[in-house]
Formats: sequence, structure tokens, C-alpha cells
Amino acid sequence: MNDFPIDLIRKDFPILDQLIYGQPLAYLDNGATTQKPVRMIDAVNKIHREQNSSVHRSVNYMSEKMTEAYEQARQTVQKFIGAPESSQVIFTSGTTGSINLVAFSMGEAVLEPGDEVILSTMEHHSNIVPWQMACERYGASLKIIPITDEGDLDMDAYRNLFNKNTRMVSVTHVSNVLGTINPVKEIVRIAHSHGVPVLLDGAQAIQHEPVDVVDLDCDFYAFSGHKIYGPTGIGVLYGKQEWLDRMPPYQGGGDMIDRVTFEKTTYNISPFKFEAGTTNFIGAIGLAESINYLTGIGMDKIAGYENYLRDYATQKLSSISQLRMYGTSVNKAAIFSFVLNGIHPYDTGMIIDKYGVAVRTGTHCAMPLMQRFGIEGTLRASLCFYNTTDEVDRLYDALNKVIEMLA
Amino acid sequence: MKISEIQQEVIEEFAGLGEWMERYNYLIDLGKNLPMIDQAYRNDEYLIRGCQSRVWLNAELREGLVHYTADSDAIITKGIAALMVRVFTDHSPDEILNADMSFIDEIGLKEHLSPTRSNGMVSMINQMRYYAMAYKSKLEAK
Repeated sequence: MNDFPIDLIRKDFPILDQLIYGQPLAYLDNGATTQKPVRMIDAVNKIHREQNSSVHRSVNYMSEKMTEAYEQARQTVQKFIGAPESSQVIFTSGTTGSINLVAFSMGEAVLEPGDEVILSTMEHHSNIVPWQMACERYGASLKIIPITDEGDLDMDAYRNLFNKNTRMVSVTHVSNVLGTINPVKEIVRIAHSHGVPVLLDGAQAIQHEPVDVVDLDCDFYAFSGHKIYGPTGIGVLYGKQEWLDRMPPYQGGGDMIDRVTFEKTTYNISPFKFEAGTTNFIGAIGLAESINYLTGIGMDKIAGYENYLRDYATQKLSSISQLRMYGTSVNKAAIFSFVLNGIHPYDTGMIIDKYGVAVRTGTHCAMPLMQRFGIEGTLRASLCFYNTTDEVDRLYDALNKVIEMLA
Repeated sequence: MKISEIQQEVIEEFAGLGEWMERYNYLIDLGKNLPMIDQAYRNDEYLIRGCQSRVWLNAELREGLVHYTADSDAIITKGIAALMVRVFTDHSPDEILNADMSFIDEIGLKEHLSPTRSNGMVSMINQMRYYAMAYKSKLEAK
């Protein structure tokens, strides 16, 4: 991968250049949150210093400019995910906010007692609990797609879950624990053959590969800004227009209304119908800046380099005989969940932290998945395009130190 | 020995240790030597919630003194549990409740008190205090 300008790219992320406990930081916790390119940091800083004014509210020059930039950000996202119209791009607080919106409003629109919602065993709690809450409200129930030992969805079982009561499918595009890249196009095709809409949780996918919502044909696509090198507190929900028109609003407040009287309120059209209150417009503009940064490099190139890192790390980690990997699908992102035999993941994480290697330990907000494998938790190393093979080597060395200390 | 004297002893032991590696190794050894909690208490009833690693804690009143036993599935956490048991076990509820906790700063374990660490040290100390409080009111009721 000599053609990938990794040294230049690392310079775009100032946070990476620091010592932790006297060791260079190896940040391998990108599944939890990603670091920020200086270009985005500067853009957000500049707005706060020079341009801040509320959007969609005032006639003043500042507000007009800000509104323009906000709607421009919406178009940047629209283009990035291939959405037909910018009105189909709703800014939310994050993936969790997006899924809660759909679970609430689609619940209102389609769920009745006895109905069923299909999820999978590998979902993040954010794609379980909102649906569980909706099911409780409407007397519906969850049906769960099982997974194989390798961490692939059991597609035959998925096909068999459909019946006349199935109203919704909500699955993750890429597993935040196993790294499995799910066959989402096929998942959507099967659901649509039963007339059932599909939400894809793109929190761990959007930053790793080109995503085209029209090609996927999904009804909803959700992702977070902070996991795609953007600010925290901003997220996106893409929806098909027919559903956005049919769904009632999720939250009430300013901007989402058409006309308010104490007797009756009529609502604005999407996306504004779903953006109650003053939105995180500066976050949206920051997100657009990060997206422009990524498209400047090229999502194909990013995916290519990350696949190279994935293969390198797979080979390196699998050479540790005491290491047990969870998630060995052939379709996999650079996310590695594992335990060292006989050593608690928490002990491992604490020790490698002292070597400057940042990973996550625990259940990764996916307790049902831990139960499926009969484990308490794992360590997760999640890589992205600013990571290096040298950092993978440091993880490898630190894990061997742990084995020396504790085995 | 009083709690404050044991704390002083622990502070001196830690002062003799070098960087984090030696501290962790010390905790790991403590953990290995911690008498395991009675199997009967290694269940959900005695589990301290909110920890990434599981910690079990039990306390009994023995002749007016609180006797603690603890266990964990993670070895560093178990070492911390061993340290806390050593400091607080077999003292009166009053002495436990009035104990100064600043020794944790002095032995460089303060980082383990942050909620993100979630290793149960805070929960462990709280739970030890709850037991002391419960036995205090039990003794006073007599």
C-alpha cells in the first residue's frame, strides 16, 4: 500500500501525535469514536468565531448565511449517500437518535397488536431498545435473526422469520463487535418481497466504504457524525420519501410546524418535520466538512487501505495462539473482537493501555451477542484509515506482554 | 492495628514500587493470594453492579467487627479488592465509616476511581460502607 499517503493523512489528525504514559498513542478505538481532521476542527472553530447565527429563523444577514451553510451541509450528505433529494436527509443527534425517531414514528404509522419487528442477534443496544419500547407500546414483538459461529447472519433463518404480521426489519450494516459486513442488499430485497421496510444501522459502515442508499434500496439509513470524523451530537437519518410523508413527527417544537394554534397544529414537510427545536447546525456543517475531507481522499481508496490493514491485523493477531477471535466472517471490516485465553479482557485492556494502545473492553453495548457466544466481554480493536501496520505491531507486542505477565 | 495504621503500611509498600508495571504486578500478586470468597457468595446476590469485571463482596459481623471477603473474575480488580479487604476487614462499623480514603490517592490508584474505569473500585468501597452502616444499626438496635 505504498500509494496511500498515510504520513500526510496522519498529519491531518493532530490528536494522534502525542505520548500516553510516555508511549506514542496507538488509537485503535475508532469504533467508539473517530478522531477529527484539522480541516473540520478549523471549520467549526471559524463558525463559532465569525458566523454563528440561528438557522431558519431570522431575516438578518448572519442567519441567512448560516441557513445557507446548513442546507449546503444537507446537500453534501445527500450526495455522499446518494439520496435522491436533500429533503430525505434529516439531521439528528446521532445513530441512536435516528433509530429512536424511526422506531417511534414508524411504530405510530405501522405497528399494531400482534405485529412483529425483525432484528438480529448482533445488534447494538441502540438498535434493540428503541424497538423493544415501540413493541411494548403497541403490543408487538421482536423476532431475532440468529448468527453462525463465524458471526454471519443465518440468512435461511431470516427468510423463515417473515409472516403476515412482519412490519419492519432493522439490522446493522456492519457489526460493531464482530466486524461482519452484512449482505444488506439481499436483506432489503428479501424484506421488500414481503412488502416490509428496512432500516439499516450504518454507524460502523458509513466511514469504511462507499454507501449508496438507492443502490441498497433501504427504506432508512442511520449514522453518526462522530464515527465518521465529524463532531459529536450530530447524526443523519435518510428515509424514503413515502415513509417520511406517512410518518408522524417524533418530537414537537420550533421549525417542525406549519401553523400552530392552541386548537390544532399542522406540521412542516420533511426534513423539517423531524427537526424540532434549534438543530445542531454547526455540527451538521462540521460533518459536511469531514465528508468533504473523506471524498477528497476517496472512499474507495480508504476502503482499500483499511482492507489492507484488516488483512495485516488478521494475520498478525491470529499468530497469537492464546488469542480467540470472535467474528471471522469472510466479509469483514477492520474490527477485531477477541479474548486472551484465561485472561479477563479488562485486565488485558488495562495493561495494554499503559503501553499507549487504546482499545475498548466490555460488552460493546451488545449484551445479547455476548450471551450468544457465552462470554462476559471482549477486547475490541477497531482500525481506520489513519492507523498503521506499526500500530498493529504495537498491539501485538502489548498483547504478548500481557500473556507474559498473566498467563 | 487501626485502619489508619494499615493504610500507612500500604502507602509505604507502594512507595517502594516503581512504575505502573510493578504496581500492577503487586496488585496481581495480591489478587492471586486473596482467599477466594465462599462459593456460596459467588452469585448475583453478592455481585456488585456497574463493573466491567465482576466483583463479589460479602460481609459478616464477628464479635462486633465487620469481616469482609471478596472475589473478582479479573485479576487486577481482584488485587484491588484484596487491598480494600486488607484495609477494612475486622474493624468496627464506626471505624470503617469514619476512615479517611485519601490513601487511594497516595498509592496512585486514583485513576481507578473514575467512572470510565468502571472497575468497581468505587462500587466496592460504597458496598463495604453499606455493610458497615447496616451492621452499625444492627448493633445499635441491640
